[in-house]
Amino acid sequence: MGMPTVVPQQRFERETYLNKEYGIWSWLLTTDHKRIALLYLISITFFFFIGGFFALLIRLELLTPAGDLVQADTYNKLFTQHGMVMVFFFLIPSIPATLGNFLVPMMVGAKDLAFPRINLLSWYLYIIGGIIMLHCMLTGGVDTGWTFYVPFSSNFTNTKFVEAGIAIFIAGFSSILTGLNFVVTIHRMRAPGMTWSRLPLFIWAHYATSIIQLLGTPVVAITIVLVACERALHLGIFDPKLGGDPVLFQHLFWFYSHPAVYIMILPAMGVVTEIIPCFSRKRIFGYQFVALSSIAIAVFGFLVWAHHMFVAGISVYSALVFSFLSYAVALPSAIKVFNWTATLYKGSIRYDAPMLYAFGFLGLFTIGGLSGLFLAALGINVHVTDTYFVVAHFHYIMVGGAVMGYLGGMHFWWPKISGKLYPEGWARLAALIVFIGFNLTFFPQFVLGYLGMPRRYYDYSHMPEFQVLNVLSTAGATVLGVGYLLPMVYFLWSMRYGKPASDNPWNAAGLEWKTASPPPTFNFDEEPVVTWEAYNYDELDAPPQAQEVTVA
Amino acid sequence: MAESAASGHSKSSPLKLYFGVWATLLVLTFVTYRVAYLELGPFNSVVALVIASIKATLVALFFMHVWHASEKLTKLVIVAALFFLLLLLGLTMADYATRTWS
Ligand code: HEM
Ligand SMILES: [Cu+2]
Repeated sequence: MGMPTVVPQQRFERETYLNKEYGIWSWLLTTDHKRIALLYLISITFFFFIGGFFALLIRLELLTPAGDLVQADTYNKLFTQHGMVMVFFFLIPSIPATLGNFLVPMMVGAKDLAFPRINLLSWYLYIIGGIIMLHCMLTGGVDTGWTFYVPFSSNFTNTKFVEAGIAIFIAGFSSILTGLNFVVTIHRMRAPGMTWSRLPLFIWAHYATSIIQLLGTPVVAITIVLVACERALHLGIFDPKLGGDPVLFQHLFWFYSHPAVYIMILPAMGVVTEIIPCFSRKRIFGYQFVALSSIAIAVFGFLVWAHHMFVAGISVYSALVFSFLSYAVALPSAIKVFNWTATLYKGSIRYDAPMLYAFGFLGLFTIGGLSGLFLAALGINVHVTDTYFVVAHFHYIMVGGAVMGYLGGMHFWWPKISGKLYPEGWARLAALIVFIGFNLTFFPQFVLGYLGMPRRYYDYSHMPEFQVLNVLSTAGATVLGVGYLLPMVYFLWSMRYGKPASDNPWNAAGLEWKTASPPPTFNFDEEPVVTWEAYNYDELDAPPQAQEVTVA
Repeated sequence: MAESAASGHSKSSPLKLYFGVWATLLVLTFVTYRVAYLELGPFNSVVALVIASIKATLVALFFMHVWHASEKLTKLVIVAALFFLLLLLGLTMADYATRTWS
């Protein structure tokens, strides 16, 4: 509120969003987007480790061909809960609700998001959904798979589908509210001079993400309600006996869930687009193309959903069209990859931890995207659908792409968030461990799937030749687990023992680096006025004398 | 926003308008219920859907203040939502319409 008068001793006791108020209620009732971002950070980290715990049990079961660790029913619950927790309670909120929440207002030069209280509400909805999901898991869990296809979910499963559905339904609204807040903030709260063409591409990526959250999430929410209605009231929506159609469920589900995969990857693309120019000391190559390809992904992402249904009995003509459109949607992603690569070209590249994650993202996202094209080809799809090939495909994108982007962003902005530096050596080591562990876990799954190992089997004793690759994968998962634990340990360590960070430790462009680390409650001491283009690294790196004679 | 819409547009108070819309919605619900008992063949669904669409439009226009919204962003949101709804329905129905087996 009142700006602190400049008294020399206050240099060290500068008021920041972290030390402005203390006590649990100053956090639980805060409307500061930065504090809400930290609330989200803690909550999604919690769910990440829950989801990871299930993953570990899945991999342990698959260590041997026999179904010896858990029962078949338990295994079904494990992969269901793993998928539901990771998708709806970790990956969808991951970057938008933490880094996005923290950075969107700062990057556009605003004091906060447009609706700070709605922002807090979204966190509470997430927590309510999360508690219901936890309760559901602790009292028996669900076994429908994260896709909860009918008729199994509507007519057969005797596990807690409705409870899980309610949890996802509520968490969906938290996602809608975040998207709403971002759209309005980006339209209405930009600082003077911050035109659309000067916005950081992180903002464009979040804008595109928000569009999907707003337009897609209501559809999956309604779909859950319809399944629940059919289950409880026997309305004929998906059941042919009652005049319904089971494939309709898949249409509705994937109308949301394919675009939802872009909710998970677009923000990571935004993160990488900030990191690469900074550590190559160059302006991003093809700003307009990168910005508009985000919007193109958001729009065309809604036109490809039936590529998840090629073997579900849809019309052949439909399948042809959706296959073609799936190829088309890969174009904007490819444009991005080319632009990142072109940005690297002749840059003065530095290999700090955020950049290592960005490199990891580049390679793994590309492999994941290209394997998506394999899957979008009708002939190959029939062969590998419902095998480990699909599992490898989406983990390359969601874990290799989105989680790498998330970790890269956490490292890049950690000095801003916490005001402390993390230990760089450990961070590079962790990035390397994650990269190795990831590939060791998921590359064998491409091979397994291609050779015909079906997904969602807990016992493969009739095909023991698959054991070697499964052992590799389980070993990799262990390495990956260590790689994920490390950053959590040294981030926490750095909060107490880390060296204080300067306002702009990377000498990066962007408004968030022009304010203090950690920032004051209202982000800027005075409203910023933007007179420069985004990613003006040439100007930032120009020697001071040359700046005075800037004419040419 | 609500005030400006009310003062600039209708002479009656916004409260009257809201109750009017509410009454219309109730009447339409009753109509839906009665029509369901008539034998119209496939047109039963058509009529039900048309009435439901009218009701949804009323809610959006009056309760969600789209009528007389000055904000371009609001209009953009409406147009985008309708467009994507059409995509959902259009491409789904395209599947059903072109299946060559059955
Ligand atoms: C960009 C981020 C992407 C993500 C996060 C992603 C994620 C996923 C997920 C989660 C599935 C599995 C669904 C399931 O069966 O449970 C999947 C399957 C599939 N993906 Fe992707 N995908 C992405 C990009 C692409 C691209 C670019 C294409 C094609 C151009 C593609 C084509 C497919 C196809 C065809 C399947 C269905 C495989 C099958 O079950 O038969 N994906 N993807
Ligand atoms: Cu898809």
